[in-house]
Amino acid sequence: MSQPAHMDIETMLRLALAPVDPPDSLKMRVETTLQELTDAAVDELEAWEIGAMRDPRNWVRPLAAGAVGVSAGTALVVLRVRAERKKRAAASSNPLDLVGRTLRAAAGEARKIARRD
Amino acid sequence: MDPQHKARLDADFSDLYRVHLRDVYSYAYYRVGNHHDAEDLTEQTFLQAYRHFERAQAESDGRPLRPWLIRIAHNLAANLYRDRSRRPQTPIDDTTGLSTMHTTEDLVEGRDELARIIEAIKQLPEERREALIMRFALGMDNREIARAMGKSDGATKVLLHRAIKQLEGLVT
Repeated sequence: MSQPAHMDIETMLRLALAPVDPPDSLKMRVETTLQELTDAAVDELEAWEIGAMRDPRNWVRPLAAGAVGVSAGTALVVLRVRAERKKRAAASSNPLDLVGRTLRAAAGEARKIARRD
Repeated sequence: MDPQHKARLDADFSDLYRVHLRDVYSYAYYRVGNHHDAEDLTEQTFLQAYRHFERAQAESDGRPLRPWLIRIAHNLAANLYRDRSRRPQTPIDDTTGLSTMHTTEDLVEGRDELARIIEAIKQLPEERREALIMRFALGMDNREIARAMGKSDGATKVLLHRAIKQLEGLVT
């Protein structure tokens, strides 16, 4: 008899302590800060490249860093595009429209990040 | 720091943030009881995590970093409580989150049990309440909770067991 009661209370606890979605404003706040920190890393990398590119022995290293930079940039595009998803969903007339809006948003964010670089 | 290494760390940290933002925010919300403080606490948690990420990643030895993040949030929340207790003009009710999270709509349709549970959670000692938040709001297992709370796996199991038993006693 005690086992079903125990399961009941766990079910109720899951309901009482349901996960809370962070507001979009918080996502923007934190992501902006992270973006600034990442930009600082990119600036540092560029400064290093200018000096190092004169020596062919160092050419492999910036290529690898560039690949990492692309990954970081991609992560930021994804974060930003995901953050705006609810707005796009509300504005979309159908799922196809939503896909189109999402692709356009991703392209826009990628362009923004590329311009900053 | 090697710029390439920093760029890699930033990418890893972006992933950590994306995966665990909701966990940290949920923990913060149930811990401090209002959205305003929960947002500040969440942001501070990630900023502090960013500062120490390299070391944490190196020491994690491949283990998940969620307990480490929650431990940061836990420590920051404790500091917030301590600071607030020194300034009585800005009192906080550490359990308001539990009651304000659920609207009237949630509590209708025979959900008296839920209301009783919420009231009972408020009466638990802080450590038991925290363990329940980690288990039920964040879905952490015993090992993760143990790491977040700085306890052994066995002590965490007992803590959770006692918390649930105490709740049962309070709601029946």
